[in-house]
Amino acid sequence: MMLLEAFKMAFANIRASKMRSFLTMLGIIIGVAAVIVIVGLGNGMSIYITSQFEEMGTNLLSVEIIGRGSRSLDEKDMYQIVQDDPAHFSLVSPSVTMNSPVKIGSEFSTRTGVNGVNESYSKIRGWSLDQGRWFSYVEVLRRGKVCVVGSYLAQEYFGGMAIGQTIRIGGNPFTVVGVLAEQSDSTEGSGDDVIYVPSSTAARLSGMGRFSSYTITIPDVDNATASKEALEDALYQVFHDEDAYMVMSMAEMLDAMNEMLGVQIAILALIAGISLLVGGIGIMNIMLVSVSERTREIGIRKALGAKERYIMSQFVVEAATTSAVGGLLGILLGELLSSVATFIVTTVMQEDFTVAPAVGSILLAAGISIGIGVLFGYLPARKAAQLNPIDALRYE
Amino acid sequence: MDMPLIEFREVSKLYPMGDEIVVAANHISMQIHRGEFVAIVGQSGSGKSTCMNIIGCLDVPSEGSYLLDGRDVGQLGRNQLADIRNRMLGFIFQQYNLLPKLNLLENVMVPLLYAGVPLRERKERALAALDSVGLRAKAKHRPNQLSGGQQQRVSIARALVGQPSVILADEPTGALDSKTGREVLKILQDLNAQGNTVVLITHDNSIAATAKRIVRLEDGCVVYDGPATDPNAFVRGGMAAGQVEGGDGT
Repeated sequence: MMLLEAFKMAFANIRASKMRSFLTMLGIIIGVAAVIVIVGLGNGMSIYITSQFEEMGTNLLSVEIIGRGSRSLDEKDMYQIVQDDPAHFSLVSPSVTMNSPVKIGSEFSTRTGVNGVNESYSKIRGWSLDQGRWFSYVEVLRRGKVCVVGSYLAQEYFGGMAIGQTIRIGGNPFTVVGVLAEQSDSTEGSGDDVIYVPSSTAARLSGMGRFSSYTITIPDVDNATASKEALEDALYQVFHDEDAYMVMSMAEMLDAMNEMLGVQIAILALIAGISLLVGGIGIMNIMLVSVSERTREIGIRKALGAKERYIMSQFVVEAATTSAVGGLLGILLGELLSSVATFIVTTVMQEDFTVAPAVGSILLAAGISIGIGVLFGYLPARKAAQLNPIDALRYE
Repeated sequence: MDMPLIEFREVSKLYPMGDEIVVAANHISMQIHRGEFVAIVGQSGSGKSTCMNIIGCLDVPSEGSYLLDGRDVGQLGRNQLADIRNRMLGFIFQQYNLLPKLNLLENVMVPLLYAGVPLRERKERALAALDSVGLRAKAKHRPNQLSGGQQQRVSIARALVGQPSVILADEPTGALDSKTGREVLKILQDLNAQGNTVVLITHDNSIAATAKRIVRLEDGCVVYDGPATDPNAFVRGGMAAGQVEGGDGT
């Protein structure tokens, strides 16, 4: 009952001096809103990065063979490593980039990427084809001059009728056997402006003896680290030198990125949290002023029989209510700013990005703001409760 | 019924003031019984405010003991004192001391709130108390919408609402003109006639004369304690002066 009265009184006091209450709350409002927006921004970035990585394939290991001295690893050895450990590896493809000019009809397509891969590569990347087929094992074995093109090339140069057409790469004619489904946005230089040729053909035309890059799929994304270590072990058996190869796991990189992002966001949120502290001090300040102003009221209440704990709870409740209302306004402001930020990012940057405030951070902000009120209200409240009633009654 | 409601036994109060110690009350002994109407009179510095603070349980004696209804108040903690103020004492102050943000009804309800009375009963009793001072119609007004006399009547209602053992009025007419002052004193007399114990603190003899009994203080000592009908009650020096001058008082 006393507590209910204290709440009523607290709201009455907040209403009685709106401007002052608002200014008192401002620190809390800004702090809570800042924490929510920053955590939301971090969440959004994490979601964005994850989706970007997933597009690249989190089930992939990339291997770079640097080599060392006379020890070497050729394609067959790599296939053997993958084959021998089905628990950690599924498919493998070498990967080689050709720098030969691409000529389609009479036009050069300068920004087109030409990559040599094997027959498993479309499965490795999980790609589907719009038309035709991926090149076969036999075509890879025989260094067939066939290719699969991205949707941009098919649309731009062949009007969608690319199958059976010829593309000249470094002067050699390649027959288009397949068209990839759209990967990104079908623009020049994008993931759709690409040509895939058999790796053996690419190696021959580039004069390359051994492949230095491989892409390997793993059966279990959650065990990316184990697969990565298994591969490193296998490569160490070959080279006896950790610097001779490099294995990258997309899943691991994603984890590392998210972890880094998490730390950055935590630091930013902490800085924003400082304004909560400042806001709390503001509340304490105004509560001390309020205790001074209401010294006489406190004296009257004490003369009428208010016990110390009642005076105490009245001021603590008032501080907590002030900061809780501030916290609530801060949450609303934070949500609003998050929506505005989302709108700006999506329209200006044309990226699918959401500033996503986490429920956890909202609850935390609300809890912290009430806690701050209680914490910083305690000192002034105790001061009020311990006032001598005689002095308080005489106070002008 | 022989036990006095208020009993001072050699009560002294010392205040440190700078390096000196001021003796505000010097071995005061007195008894006030139920149903009495006592005025404690004295100039400023006579110790009457100290007496009022001790009677009101706002302060405790430095020496001696103060028994309220047989209970030694000097031994009690701050919260117990608050409880006694709440249940046994009704204060009427010179400056009314109403809470400006609350309406009259809420003001009168405050002592009952601290007594833990449920809301519905609080309202009923506060309205009844306001009715008894003729201000029920203004229950929703704020104190600053009222005249001084009306405000003092609200504070009387507030003092009464908890049905205290003692009504303690500290210069209740000090801020009022003489006409409204007389009205307030009339209410106090009526309250006493109804059986309430009233203690009036004042420096003004003409106001003290309203009471049935006068306790006159000078320099922290009781110099007169007797009926208000005795002219010596109103003489400087009290009984001692009376004995010398033979009752030639004002």
